[in-house]
Amino acid sequence: MTINPDLQGRSYPAAEVYDVGREKIREFARAVKATHPAHFDVAAAQALGHNDLVAPPTFAIIVAQRADAQLIEDPESGIDFSRVVHADQRFTHHRPIVAGDRLVAELHVDGVRAMGGGAMITTRSEIFALAPDLAPDAGADADAAGVREPVATATSSILVRGEGQ
Amino acid sequence: MSINFAELTVGQDIGSRSIAVTRTDLVKYAGASGDFNPIHWNEAFATGVGLPGVIAHGMFTMGAVVQLVTDWAGDPAAVLDFQTRFTKPVPVADTTGTPEAGAVIEVSGAIGALDAAAGTARVDLTVVSAGQKVLVKAQAVVRLA
Repeated sequence: MTINPDLQGRSYPAAEVYDVGREKIREFARAVKATHPAHFDVAAAQALGHNDLVAPPTFAIIVAQRADAQLIEDPESGIDFSRVVHADQRFTHHRPIVAGDRLVAELHVDGVRAMGGGAMITTRSEIFALAPDLAPDAGADADAAGVREPVATATSSILVRGEGQ
Repeated sequence: MSINFAELTVGQDIGSRSIAVTRTDLVKYAGASGDFNPIHWNEAFATGVGLPGVIAHGMFTMGAVVQLVTDWAGDPAAVLDFQTRFTKPVPVADTTGTPEAGAVIEVSGAIGALDAAAGTARVDLTVVSAGQKVLVKAQAVVRLA
């Protein structure tokens, strides 16, 4: 199956809220062998000026990969998950992710490029924190109203290997 | 924060460390991140798709090596931007039941650029496992002032 070139420019709206919990921050921090007290001890995080436990710098991948799954699992995309290789990754933080955040991600397909029999696909997850009770699909109007705040931009390229690659 | 921005110079070493990795670490990372791709925990599946064996998640390596930067900066939230390309897989041998590591990732960091107006430093990481560079253009921009 070949990759659908019409994917380029496609967007997937924020679908579900990811609630950032203290124990998830601690679990993720341990999993990447992080030892900084701001990931584990609320008082230590607050001493650095944060409201609550601070997530490690790559924590946003949880939210970004959930967003990417919408594309990979989209039957129209033509992507075979077992042939996907992660090629590059970037996080730009607009503000730290802390415990208690309600996060959503809008997914944008920025690039689709044929490579051999496969394709390189670049996606961008715009991750926002929502005010309590705000619905996931709140749009840019919510930014102006101050109830949705940009938190991070996660950009990822995946290589979908073609047959024989 | 203990770092004096004015005293930093481009090319300055920020330190290095060795990260020992086991299959158990990969299972923990899979659970913590939600990335359950079997190439990271199932030997038969990994070899079946042409890999030398189970390999570490690229995101495990990326997430583990940045701790050098976080600890140097003194605040995990100081990392404003972090990027890398994944160039080589990190195969992790099955050493279950022994105290041995299945792979070792060596990371070292040096200041690649300074932006006095923004109060930021770019730290360039060199990341090697089994003699091969596994990350390329691994760069973290850190706010220090």
